[in-house]
Formats: sequence, C-alpha cells, structure tokens
Amino acid sequence: MINSYFKFIRSGINTTYQDKGRENLYHIGIPYSGAMDNRNFLIANKLVNNNLNAPVLEFAYQGPHLKYQGDTISIAITGDVIFKIIKSGVEYIGNCYESYQIENGDEIDIISTNKTIYGYLAIGGEIDIKFQWKSCSINTNAKIGSNNGKKLENNQTIKLLKLNSNKDKKKIDYTNSKVENIRVIKGTNFNYFSDEGIKTFFEKKFIVSKLSDRMGMRLQGNKINNVVNTNIKSEGLIKGVIQVPPDGNPIIMLSDHGTIGGYPKIGVVASVDYDRLVQITPGSEIKFTEIQLIDAETLFKLYEMDTDNLLSQI
Amino acid sequence: MINKIVNLGDSALYCDFGQEVNKEINSKVIKYFNSVRKSNIEGITNVTPSYNKLIISFNLSITNFKKIKKEIEVLNIDYENKIINKEIQIPVCCESSFSLDIKRLEKKLNLNREQILEKFFNKKYFCYMTGFIAGMPFLGDLDENMRANRLETPRVKVPKGSIGLTEQFTNIYTFESPGGWNIIGNTPLNIFNNLNENEPNLINPGDTVIFKEITFSEYKNYHD
Repeated sequence: MINSYFKFIRSGINTTYQDKGRENLYHIGIPYSGAMDNRNFLIANKLVNNNLNAPVLEFAYQGPHLKYQGDTISIAITGDVIFKIIKSGVEYIGNCYESYQIENGDEIDIISTNKTIYGYLAIGGEIDIKFQWKSCSINTNAKIGSNNGKKLENNQTIKLLKLNSNKDKKKIDYTNSKVENIRVIKGTNFNYFSDEGIKTFFEKKFIVSKLSDRMGMRLQGNKINNVVNTNIKSEGLIKGVIQVPPDGNPIIMLSDHGTIGGYPKIGVVASVDYDRLVQITPGSEIKFTEIQLIDAETLFKLYEMDTDNLLSQI
Repeated sequence: MINKIVNLGDSALYCDFGQEVNKEINSKVIKYFNSVRKSNIEGITNVTPSYNKLIISFNLSITNFKKIKKEIEVLNIDYENKIINKEIQIPVCCESSFSLDIKRLEKKLNLNREQILEKFFNKKYFCYMTGFIAGMPFLGDLDENMRANRLETPRVKVPKGSIGLTEQFTNIYTFESPGGWNIIGNTPLNIFNNLNENEPNLINPGDTVIFKEITFSEYKNYHD
C-alpha cells in the first residue's frame, strides 16, 4: 500500500486528465477527446517510463501548482512551458523535455505556456482514476471521463497506485515547432463557395478568435462567401473539418467537437498539421494552403516516423 | 447502393446515399453502418451514420483511403437482417416555463398552442440518427404545417431534457448545451446515461418515439 499523492494548490485554468481518447462512439454522439497535441503527450510519457498511452495532465495557458507527498517519483513536462520546481523553499527553473525527481514536500509550479496553448505533465507511475469507454480523457461538455468529467479544481489530489521503479534522468533535445501555414484538403462542400470565397480562404490570413476551446477553433478577419446554401442536411463530422456557418467565419472542429453538424465543409486540416494547429493561440494569424490527399498521406507518414525517432532517442 | 464515395480529409471516407431525407434512404445507411461495424476491417476507428450519409473514420497510421474504399466497395451488406428497433414512450411537460419558444412557433406556424401540441403529440416519430451531443436523437417527421426554422440567434444554454423542433425534425437535449431549435417542452426522463457503457442511449437509430404529455406535478414526481 503506497500513500503518495500530489495536491493541487492551484488547479490552473483548464486542467484535465487525457490519454489517447476513445474510439467507435461517434455514432452515439461522443467524440475522441484525448490529448490535443499527440506528439507532446507521447514524449511526456516516454520521459517518465510510462506506457505511451498512460493518463497525463493536460493544461492550457496557466498550469497547475502541485505539492507532492510520498516516495520519490519522476515527472516530465512537455510543450513550450515555463515552470518552477520548489525544493525545501528553493526555486529552480525547470526545462521541458527533461525528467525530474520529485521528493516528499517538493512543489511543481507550472506558470504558463509560452505563445502556445497546451502543455503536458506526465507522472511516472499509475494514477488512481476512473476510465470510461477505456479512456480517462475528460470531456467537460458531456461530463465524460475521469474526475466525473469535470476539470480539476484547487485542493483536489492525484493519488498514485504505483510508482515506476526506473526514475533515471531522461531528456531529449527538442523544440516545439510552430506553423502559420495549415495544410488543408478540399472539403465535401468545396463547390458551395464562390471563386472569390475560395480565393479568400487560400490567400487571406485569418485570426484565431478568443472563443476557441477543445471543441473548436473559431476564425475571424475574412468572411467566406457561400453561393449555394448556408446549410446542409446534418451529417457526421471529424476532427479537423472546417465548417463555414452563414456568417462566413470558419470554425475548425477540434478533439471534443460535436459529432454532427449542418454547415458546409470547405476543407479538412491534414492530419500532419493537427498537433501544431491546436497550439495556435487566440489573436494569432493562420493561413491555409491546399494539399492533395496523396501528399497529406506521405507527410503524415514522415511526421510519424519523426515522432517514433524522437521517442526512440529517449 | 452508395451513390458516391469520396475522401473527407486524409483519414475518413464520405459515403453519399443521396440528397433526400426519408426512412428508406436512412434505413440503407443504418444497414451499411451495421455491416461496417461487424466487418472488423482493420484500421476503422469510427462509423457515423446520419440522414443520408455515412462517414467512416480510420487510423491513418495503419491504413489509408484507397484501402478502406476498396474494402467498403466489396463489403457484403446484410439487407435481410432486419434492424431491431424499439418503440419508446417519452413523457413531456409543456408547462410555460418549459415551452420557451411556443410564442415564436404560434406566430411562425400560424397555429395556437393547443393546435401545436395536439399535432405534436398525435404522431409517432422515427429516429434517423443520434449525435451532435452524446445521445441526442434526431427524430422525424413533423407535419408539414409544423415546420419552422432554427432561432435566428442560438441559445447559449438549452436546458437538459428540452424538446426542440426545427424543419421536419424534433430532438431532445440530453444535457445542457448550446442550441438553436424551437423548444416546446421538457422531459424528466434521462435519455443519455454515461454510467451504462454498453447502452448509454435510450433512443437509437431506427427506433420509434411516442411523446406523451404529462402535467407539471407528474413531471415533478417523475422517477426513472
């Protein structure tokens, strides 16, 4: 029986447990959820010797401030994150992509993400949380997943069932790359839009709106003109679909999206760019470029090989 | 049977069964849905039926559009297998605090409250699909003279249990959510149960729904 746990002195703005997410539930209205930035999720787990699909803490903008009680444990933070580790009252600035040994009484203060949205904290061990449909991922809209589907709050604890025996220091030389150009495959309603609308879509820049969250990214700045119909008969959606509602401002479906929608689909973000798309902060510019299916498939393969290569270096 | 199969992005197939919305087309979609789910084609991660489309999502790490399309084109569809469907009664209270958009409907439909409710309750509805939010059923069809557009400005919060109307369809908000449908009543019945992982949805595609009007005191005393 171990009695090791973290306590949230401050939970952060939007802190949830996430893993790979859940499959085969679109037909009842449940999206994948899961870590928004998959590559950073995988690296975090690898740095602390976890199973790659183990639950991690995902935070947005401001992260949690945690205090630890228990036997020495390893942790790692990934993304572009500013954080401190406090040992016996002495503060140290921490580095992302590097594991740390946390001892009884230590604190981790995740101050903020830097010009990105999401960061990840992996804990080397097994966390005591519930799974729903084989996933711990919290979907706060549907109230599904661990912690009764709610984001984490001050004074809650993270109880550990098991600590990993290997706590060796691990690190990797990696910088989170940023993109402004998001590659897009033409959508199934591409021909609903005027030539001018399509020109706007591929040539103008859009601004990411503050009304963006894990469900969707709303864009502003340029309106896309529809010449056929501003509604379609409601049909299934997937992650990355770009819908254009009647007001002409595109919305990109993200991991917690509604599973059915009735707005025309102008395009779908290529899977290779998804991890970087989700990190684009409100107020930033975003530009779309067209990509053919075959090229999107090839680039995704290369991206995956690159991820595997990174993981094998840890 | 599928009119057209195209890609939706790089990790989904978009199967088009036509433009109209009717039981016949929707039944084909559901039969395909059941057959694809049973097929165990490697790499499929989600199958989403709607009125007249079927979207098949797959894991791009292990398969691709070309491979899945080929498998779907030669897939044996079990047309004989009758869809097992239930008839479900849903209690609805249309007390004024629940029927948020009844005035708007009276104006739009040129009918009074009694006429609207009579037409609404005097019908059986077919479940075309579930989704948008977990467990939300899309039911049809409303009488021709009962069809109104969505609200000009959608509500930020539609209360849990709300019964909405739009065009030829009616739905049930399984939990509090944003939404733009015309709300005429509320059900005390839990339509989505996330604690029942095998069967979280009370209503599934192909089922028949009958709404039964209840009083406010019956609503308050209702137990699942």
